Amino acid sequence: MHMADALISPAVGGTLWVVSAGLIAYCARKLKQTMRDNLVPMMGVLGAFIFAAQMINFSIPGTGSSGHLGGGLILSVLLGPHAAFLVIASVLTVQAFFFADGGLLALGCNIFNLGFFPAFIAYPFIYRPLAGGAGSVSRSWIAAIVAAVVGLQLGAFSVVLETKASGISELPFGTFVLLMLPIHLAIGVVEGLATAAVVSFVARTRPEVLAAAPVAAEDKTGLRPVLIGLAIAALIVGGAVSWFASTHPDGLEWSIAKVTGKEEISGSDGGIHRKLTAVQEKTAFLPDYGFKSAEAAGVNAEKASAESAAVESESWPAVTAGTSVSGIVGGLITLGLVCLIGFVLKERRINV
Amino acid sequence: MRFGNWFEIGRMDELARQDTPVHRLDARAKLLATGAFIVALMSFSRYEISALMPFCLYPFVLISLGRIPFGFIFRKIIIAAPFAIIIGIFNPFFDRQPALVIGSFAISGGWLSFASIIIRFGLTAGAALALVACTGIYRLCAGLERMGLPRVFAVQLLFLYRYLFVIADEGSQMKRSLELRATGLMPVGLRVYGSLVGHLLLRAMARSERIYQAMVARGFDGEIKIAQKTSFQSADWTFLFGWIFFFTVARTWNISDWLGRMLAGSAP
Amino acid sequence: MSHHIIDVRDLCFAYPDGTEALKGVSFRIVHGNAVAVVGANGAGKSTLLLHLNGYLSPGRGEVRIGETPLTRATAVGVRRTVGMVFQDPDDQLFMPTVFEDIAFGPVQSGLPAEEVERRATMALERVGMAHLRDRPPYRLSAGEKRAVTIATVLAMEPAILVMDEPSSNLDPRGRRRLIELLRSFEHTRIIATHDLELVVELCSRVILLDGGRIAADGPTLELLNDEQLMLAHGLERPHSLCHLHPHMDAQK
Repeated sequence: MHMADALISPAVGGTLWVVSAGLIAYCARKLKQTMRDNLVPMMGVLGAFIFAAQMINFSIPGTGSSGHLGGGLILSVLLGPHAAFLVIASVLTVQAFFFADGGLLALGCNIFNLGFFPAFIAYPFIYRPLAGGAGSVSRSWIAAIVAAVVGLQLGAFSVVLETKASGISELPFGTFVLLMLPIHLAIGVVEGLATAAVVSFVARTRPEVLAAAPVAAEDKTGLRPVLIGLAIAALIVGGAVSWFASTHPDGLEWSIAKVTGKEEISGSDGGIHRKLTAVQEKTAFLPDYGFKSAEAAGVNAEKASAESAAVESESWPAVTAGTSVSGIVGGLITLGLVCLIGFVLKERRINV
Repeated sequence: MRFGNWFEIGRMDELARQDTPVHRLDARAKLLATGAFIVALMSFSRYEISALMPFCLYPFVLISLGRIPFGFIFRKIIIAAPFAIIIGIFNPFFDRQPALVIGSFAISGGWLSFASIIIRFGLTAGAALALVACTGIYRLCAGLERMGLPRVFAVQLLFLYRYLFVIADEGSQMKRSLELRATGLMPVGLRVYGSLVGHLLLRAMARSERIYQAMVARGFDGEIKIAQKTSFQSADWTFLFGWIFFFTVARTWNISDWLGRMLAGSAP
Repeated sequence: MSHHIIDVRDLCFAYPDGTEALKGVSFRIVHGNAVAVVGANGAGKSTLLLHLNGYLSPGRGEVRIGETPLTRATAVGVRRTVGMVFQDPDDQLFMPTVFEDIAFGPVQSGLPAEEVERRATMALERVGMAHLRDRPPYRLSAGEKRAVTIATVLAMEPAILVMDEPSSNLDPRGRRRLIELLRSFEHTRIIATHDLELVVELCSRVILLDGGRIAADGPTLELLNDEQLMLAHGLERPHSLCHLHPHMDAQK
């Protein structure tokens, strides 16, 4: 579920970065005010614990497969929402830096998707009310599963929204949703089971650990980031929907018309094509926003009318056979040159 | 997941401690340049391929000058690729309109955009890994903090990194003793799992208490100060603005296309 | 130097879960001495040590360092005088590099950068680990880690060194180096340990704990050579005392 840079547009990535950075700053400030000193080493060690815990699998009852802990929910249970969010963010950062598990541009999205929902929504609004106090054992299991499922569903849905808004993947919204949500439903159940298993063990052996978790008072004051987050989520959804409805002329259609000589796509499977068109319209809109100046130079600008030029720069440069060949050849040459430069730099004795 | 590869992190760390011109650059310059790289790369349209090629220069230069083994980076990219591939592979299914015609051979837009996704994945992941391999977590955190990252978070990153090996060691020891005793019963059931991971958790928390004792014994009062003594040199400015200039040029004009047509023009 | 006398009077302590770890411990240690605290596991050694820098507060009784009674308020100052080295080096080396771990104490005290640099360098050299300055802690051997943890405390220039199991997990050479290092210190040294041979080599006085109380307190050779005493409290006579060499007396 860690998103890669290759599927995110700078606009979406940048927006979510601002959101996540804001949340990190907020949590940092909150912790400074209220933090017990010994949270500093504990947060670090628990982050390391999450990594280690992911090495160990358990067999999922009823199926043949195995699963492991994600960690968002149990961190929230142990540390409270604000500290947990920071720990989750730090785990994701290390994964992005050292394992390329999630891109740097997408890190903001990943932190939001995997951190915000478990810590600020699933934990305070689902786990805590459901699990109650010491309560019954089965209640805490149910609470963990429901909370984990909800947190992951929201996260998965965000992934879909962010990917669609970026316009790089061609997956239609509906298909994408159908792909992501059921899978993450299963993952959510697994997460809930794993979390509940560990929590119930700790509750049995060292209940004071759970009792010491910072909770209560912070839930009330912690409401603000939740509301802000929900507002932002609403904005993103609203934006996505409005882009669906956009009727911006489609560069792909124009280019295809040029290639095939037909002015419009008349497909036999009208349904798919209509869907496709809707997708193209939406996806053609966002990726190049802010970079329309890119059309300024090059052969493409000389072509036909200003309108064509504007539209063409939104699609891709190779439209006719001539330019497409030069693009390919040039691309190969460039790659070769780059490799050569790299090789030369490597072999040179660089005086320190 | 990829946790057989703890040595990989250790390796990254080793690589980061080399001394090359790239290593000596200020972390902030490298961070900003890599950021500009990723933004420029991801701002291309879906179908762009040839214009991406000049961008390969950035990670290649970092890797070569930084004496980072290319295979090391490449392997990590391959391991991380599945998500991008899984999402991207749908493109050829949904976008079947021919977009590129070479002779009588037509390639659909979907394949083009898929290829573009894969190339961009390789480049962005490669650049990020190269960045870390020639900077190291410590200088990265210090640089990020100077650029505004909250201290609490920077400290958290450093502590997490520090105890990653220690806790992971305990985890893998546990896993090993489990494997030695539970032949045929792997993976374990939920109850045993809860106990295993629960123990790991309790030990981690006990350790954090001991760390806290040690910190208090040396005067810890709630705030950790990260020593930072770097400032931007001319090399850092040159690096940053040189690359930004290059990215801007490569984003604005399709260098590959230009090269290709130059050659086509000079061909008989 | 008499203002670095350690004075413990009737120290009682119980953990939150009710376990009474210390039941009235009293002793007095004068500057420059090397004192060992020995006892079976669970006797209360570590708990006692944690009272010496104020990490734990007595339920009853008091601890005085110099003339200062140890309380929440005075603890911060006391920690510059009493340096504590714990059992597991990994718990104490939490900064990205060796140098920064050693500098941690002085930096936290608010000392200026040059002073921090001076102290840290000196501490590193004192333990013979100057070449490890920029190494991250997880790339040190056990012996190196041990030496570095001692350096982290030395940098605070304490008058009193308290150590919990310093020779555990060391190979013979590392252990030998440790003993020589500790022998060369002029600080008051309080060492909780199972390593009775080390005690024989380094310490002139032994405090024997059992069940939270002091079972014996006296000169090393006298106590450790008393077989019945040792066995009665879960220990045994160190092998090196089986043949008491004449020159061993002269050493003490």
